[in-house]
Amino acid sequence: MYCAHDIGFSAGGRALLDGASVEVLPGRVTVLIGPNGAGKSTLFKVLAGERRAQRGQVTLAGADLAGLKPARLARLRAVLPQSVHVAFAFTVEEVAGIGAKPGRDTAAPIRRALARVELAGLAGENYEHLSGGEKQRVQLARALVQLEGGEGPGYLLLDEPTASLDLAQQLLVLALVRELAGEGVGVLAVLHDLNLAAMVADEIVALKQGRVAARGTPGEVLTDARIAELYGVSARIGWAPATPFLLPQAASR
Amino acid sequence: MSVAAPAATGHYGRRPRRAPLALGLCAALVVLAFLASLAIGPVTIAPGRILDIIGAALRGERATGAALREAVIVLDVRLPRTLLGLLVGGGIALAGAVTQGIFRNPLADPGLVGISNGAALAAAVWIVAGSHLAFYVPPALMDVGLPVMAFCGALIATVALYAISTHEGRTSVVTMLFAGIAIAALAAAGTGLTVFVASDQQLRDFTFWSFGSLGGATWQKVAAALPFMVLLGLICTRLARALDALALGEAEAFHVGIDVQRAKWLAILGIAAGAGASVAVAGVIGFVGLVVPHLIRLMIGPGHRLLLPCAALLGGALLLGADVVARTIVSPAELPLGVVTAGFGAPFFLWLLLRRRAALMG
Repeated sequence: MYCAHDIGFSAGGRALLDGASVEVLPGRVTVLIGPNGAGKSTLFKVLAGERRAQRGQVTLAGADLAGLKPARLARLRAVLPQSVHVAFAFTVEEVAGIGAKPGRDTAAPIRRALARVELAGLAGENYEHLSGGEKQRVQLARALVQLEGGEGPGYLLLDEPTASLDLAQQLLVLALVRELAGEGVGVLAVLHDLNLAAMVADEIVALKQGRVAARGTPGEVLTDARIAELYGVSARIGWAPATPFLLPQAASR
Repeated sequence: MSVAAPAATGHYGRRPRRAPLALGLCAALVVLAFLASLAIGPVTIAPGRILDIIGAALRGERATGAALREAVIVLDVRLPRTLLGLLVGGGIALAGAVTQGIFRNPLADPGLVGISNGAALAAAVWIVAGSHLAFYVPPALMDVGLPVMAFCGALIATVALYAISTHEGRTSVVTMLFAGIAIAALAAAGTGLTVFVASDQQLRDFTFWSFGSLGGATWQKVAAALPFMVLLGLICTRLARALDALALGEAEAFHVGIDVQRAKWLAILGIAAGAGASVAVAGVIGFVGLVVPHLIRLMIGPGHRLLLPCAALLGGALLLGADVVARTIVSPAELPLGVVTAGFGAPFFLWLLLRRRAALMG
């Protein structure tokens, strides 16, 4: 289990997180939602180990995150950041291989990962020549290569994985996320799009002002009252057989 | 954006096959430059003779009669100069590649961003102050002290540059270049002040040295530079994977398991060792650290596992080639080596910029 417990984090005299907790379980997809400034990114960075919380504790595989060396941490979890500019003219396959376990045959895992994000044909292309969506999928492939070289199925942290993707690519990535969960990977994703969150999540954790405002299944969290409370927006949640959806056209401030 | 798949596959197949070829080519250039540097001079000595002389020396045989003159030229004059050229050329090319990797910028070069100037200031202080200390300090210590001082000067300049241009884990290229210019100017002012109090002879030595030259090569200098270059080389073997990961950014490098802080300190230590020791024994030599890694990236791509060894080899070969030109073109006089490297390196670099202007601006 990968969990952040009672995290407090402030910067510049402002409390960004104030007692937030989240658990990521193997084989399950947890999605962080919440308005801008709710502390999603900060909580994400604390979980990833990039930022050290002033209060609370992050544990991963039974160990305190603060005590894990970067190399060991990388064998337990992979991270997909929002957008990545790569200095120098690395090719797609070279970028995907940067997370590979050193001293092993990396060609096969890289080929598999690029195939899973449907970029096998661009393996030799200059990364900086790709579109934003293609770059993001290369980074996802890099995270997959890292997970494959790690211990067990591992954990995957995704920061806005669908941000620069078109509809088809969004569906591709979300299907891949479900597939990974099926293989036992514990996934945490920050998502702004509530419909995508409802589609992919086993559990939704809603943050507001650095605290957890609600958690539960998409159906439990995405209610008219909760949307009003979180975003200050009145909207009607609809149901597409089993998952709730929200039409922005039918919402008002 | 759409990219034709066949073209992409063609490229895919090209790079891995080029890699061993590039390493072999660089090694061959080193051998060629090594022999040329030993053979060419006021007295031309055939490569076969050179190998005989070195072989005999390694077996401990003393040359006599007519062979003695050639043996002295090769073993006491040209061999130390050649080895020093390889060490310095390899060292500054490596220091350049590591600087570019850690700053994530192909324009970062110890000569451009003030690191070499920091080393030069420390070396100048040691040279001038040293003549006043000559009574108290044994000469052997003076020789060892110079690279150590230059190393410290380069270290201080590198740490200052990094501290100034990095804020919250992000290195600003513009700040880095400006800070580099300021550090270079400050170090040059300090060096000027030191030269101001120097004697005429020191001034002459100093001016020539500041252009960069392998002219004063001795076995002592080779021995003094060697440990620093070995340190840089060892650091590079530990750094290749980290530099690749750092190309993604510092947070991303941490995500894939790099101890970023440790990598940065190792890199700074290596840069200071390479730039400091080469400045101490050969003065400030520009453009090799900038052009050589750039050439290698054009040939085999930016992956540091191959870039670093190739840059070390090509840097050594190119510097030796430049040195052969420097000491033959106006023979019996000698051009400063820095004049030759800048004379060839700067136009070449401008040509590269013009050729890639569209890509760089895009």
